[in-house]
Amino acid sequence: MTAVVPTADDFASVTALADAGASDATLRRFLHGLPGVDAVGVEARAATLATRSIKKDAKAQAIDLAIAMTDLTTLEGMDTPGKVRAMCAKARRPAADAPPVAAVCVYGDLVAEAVGALRGSDVKVAAVATAFPSGRASLAVKLADTREAVAAGAHEIDMVIDRGAFLTGRYGQVFEEIQAVKEACGPAHLKVILETGELATYDNVRRASWLALAAGADFIKTSTGKVAPAATLPVAVVMLEAVRDVARLTGQRRGVKVAGGVRTTKDAIRYLVVVNEVAGPQWLHPDRFRIGASSLLNDLLMQREKLRTGRYAGPDYFTVD
Amino acid sequence: MTSVPDLVTPTWEYAPAPESRAIATLRASYGLFIDGAFADPVDGGVRKTVNPATEEVLAEVADAGPKDVDRAVQAARRAFIEVWGPMPGRERAKYLYRVARLIQERAREFAVLETLDNGKPIRESRDVDVPLAAAHFFHHAGWADKLAHAGYGPDPRPLGVAAQVIPWNFPLLMAAWKLAPALATGNTVVLKPAETTPLSALLLAEVLQQAGLPPGVVNIVTGDGATGAALVAHPDVDKVAFTGSTEVGKAIQRQLAGTRTRLTLELGGKAANVVFDDAPLDQAVEGIVNGIFFNQGHVCCAGSRLLVQESLHDELLDRLKERLGTLRLGDPLDKNTDIGAINSAEQLQRITELAASGEAEGAQRWSPDCALPERGFWFAPTVFTGVAQSHRIAQEEIFGPVLSVLTFRTPQEAVEKANNTPYGLSAGVWTDKGSLILWMAQRLRAGVVWANTFNRFDPTSPFGGYKESGFGREGGRQGLGAYLDVEVDA
Repeated sequence: MTAVVPTADDFASVTALADAGASDATLRRFLHGLPGVDAVGVEARAATLATRSIKKDAKAQAIDLAIAMTDLTTLEGMDTPGKVRAMCAKARRPAADAPPVAAVCVYGDLVAEAVGALRGSDVKVAAVATAFPSGRASLAVKLADTREAVAAGAHEIDMVIDRGAFLTGRYGQVFEEIQAVKEACGPAHLKVILETGELATYDNVRRASWLALAAGADFIKTSTGKVAPAATLPVAVVMLEAVRDVARLTGQRRGVKVAGGVRTTKDAIRYLVVVNEVAGPQWLHPDRFRIGASSLLNDLLMQREKLRTGRYAGPDYFTVD
Repeated sequence: MTSVPDLVTPTWEYAPAPESRAIATLRASYGLFIDGAFADPVDGGVRKTVNPATEEVLAEVADAGPKDVDRAVQAARRAFIEVWGPMPGRERAKYLYRVARLIQERAREFAVLETLDNGKPIRESRDVDVPLAAAHFFHHAGWADKLAHAGYGPDPRPLGVAAQVIPWNFPLLMAAWKLAPALATGNTVVLKPAETTPLSALLLAEVLQQAGLPPGVVNIVTGDGATGAALVAHPDVDKVAFTGSTEVGKAIQRQLAGTRTRLTLELGGKAANVVFDDAPLDQAVEGIVNGIFFNQGHVCCAGSRLLVQESLHDELLDRLKERLGTLRLGDPLDKNTDIGAINSAEQLQRITELAASGEAEGAQRWSPDCALPERGFWFAPTVFTGVAQSHRIAQEEIFGPVLSVLTFRTPQEAVEKANNTPYGLSAGVWTDKGSLILWMAQRLRAGVVWANTFNRFDPTSPFGGYKESGFGREGGRQGLGAYLDVEVDA
């Protein structure tokens, strides 16, 4: 099949599949008609962008932006209300005069705790839902999971796609699930986790990105953080190209979230460079780019302090939450 | 989604991140490197070499006269007879390995010096020129004791003294491409760097001293075309290897016709970068950018003609122009610079003249918004659309950051247009269809065909031209033949 650059009409007709009922064949024609991704090329592009040297004011700006884009995350079986309250306190005020983070990200049963702890702040509460991280549950269970989190006050829902369905070509099922979850979200914003580590090829990442965006995702997100590899720079390049192209067709600027494995300020700045040069500076905003992380925040704070004082402070000067 | 307002200006200016120029130790003046030592010219003169990004004088460099060239050739002959020729390959290999490692150890110094003297971005000198130069020495060090297995018979012999004349676009890398195979096969060398970029070769001379290379095995005579002419005409030279313009290459070939001197030439190019409508589009855009704007387009194998399938033309051009808007032109020492300075006023004048002819002949000229520094030699990345095969900018080598865009309708037409040039150095093919890549590669009359990539170099891969792009190969097993006393197909 000859790849065809989609037009606004193509995209609109795929988006409209909601009413008609998405057929696997129609979606396959659209997704497999997207221009391919050359792995060597995309990896070379990411590697070149990773050599950008961000210093001084540009670095200070990047660190504060990265803090403001962070979804401070805890997704463990051992999570407790106490752990979530501590994390929320850090989220509101990471350090004296540092900006608050964008959101905290927790399992659905801890949403109410987080909402309470964040009352009066602008920090959002994001809940993972839809049988996170595997997505192996019935649609009814996934929707119930979503509705409960929204009812408890979640502003954002991080859902996972059914990778099994995607990899067997049941694109209609994936599409319909995303639409159903989007509807269940009501006013809450929807981030769709592609779990790119399980999709394995860049072509799949591109197709899953367009599928999720056509089905109504506000954000597309790389990973659950439970599968290796999680976020990588080349994957971020491919996903940012997708939101850039959708914006070109529709004028709507959707977002990208990278999650998993972003631990250092250097990593975070590399992602910001990719955002800046692939999607464009309009995406340098927490509404359009997020970093899901837990340990990253302290490294950002440490580097922030270093820029201000010219020396590194020891780890005991940064709170363990 | 959140209540965070948009940034006041959604921009993020990267702060200047210059590499320290103090890393490169510049001497006030440089002599000729003859018989293992630096010496003043006997009958030559002195010229200044400048930083093309600032027009600041970097150093004075000797101009070798005919007597200096003769001394250098004599030193090379002596070293060939007494030391290097008789030396077993495994011993020669040790020197080459040592040189390779020393280049790696002094990589930052080489990169800064190269950028100062040439004007190319430090990102490229650091990540391409210097590592590849080391790689060429490593690769050929490995061959030195295995020549019996290279396919040239059981005991292939060196030619003797090689005269090598190299260009200014990749000064250190071209020196490595020339020296490594010559030395690995047992030849000795007189090398002439380009007059605008002699410094990295002279630093390499220091490295050769540091490596303990026996005196006379490599001699470096700086100077302009007159020095080069004296060198290639020297009667005691067994082999001439030249990389540079087709015009000079032809003159050398005329001069050597009927003599016993062996010749290989790596000359100009006007490569077609062919993009089909099923290409991996985003990577094709990168490949086009890399093809023509890498090293300011000062690349003989640059993808200077973009042949795009007509059905994809508008979409591809939109994306290409958007991408070009993100290129960062400026201080070559800044680690974030993508486009550096044009190497010389003379070259800038040539690019300017050819670009003007493009407009005069009716092609549409476009450049991204980009401020050029006031001092130094600069040319904005430029794209010409609506170019016809008959336009000068589609026929002549511009050797600058100027892309000519042409269209085609069928694979057959793409091949015909790609081959419709006196040159034949390289070509690129972009398509997701493997069989089409192979079909194209069989028909493109070019020494290198890149598939879904461009401007990739590797010491294991032979490089060289068809037609007026020259003859002979450099790199890989095939490249060894150019320095061995064997019959080889050009």
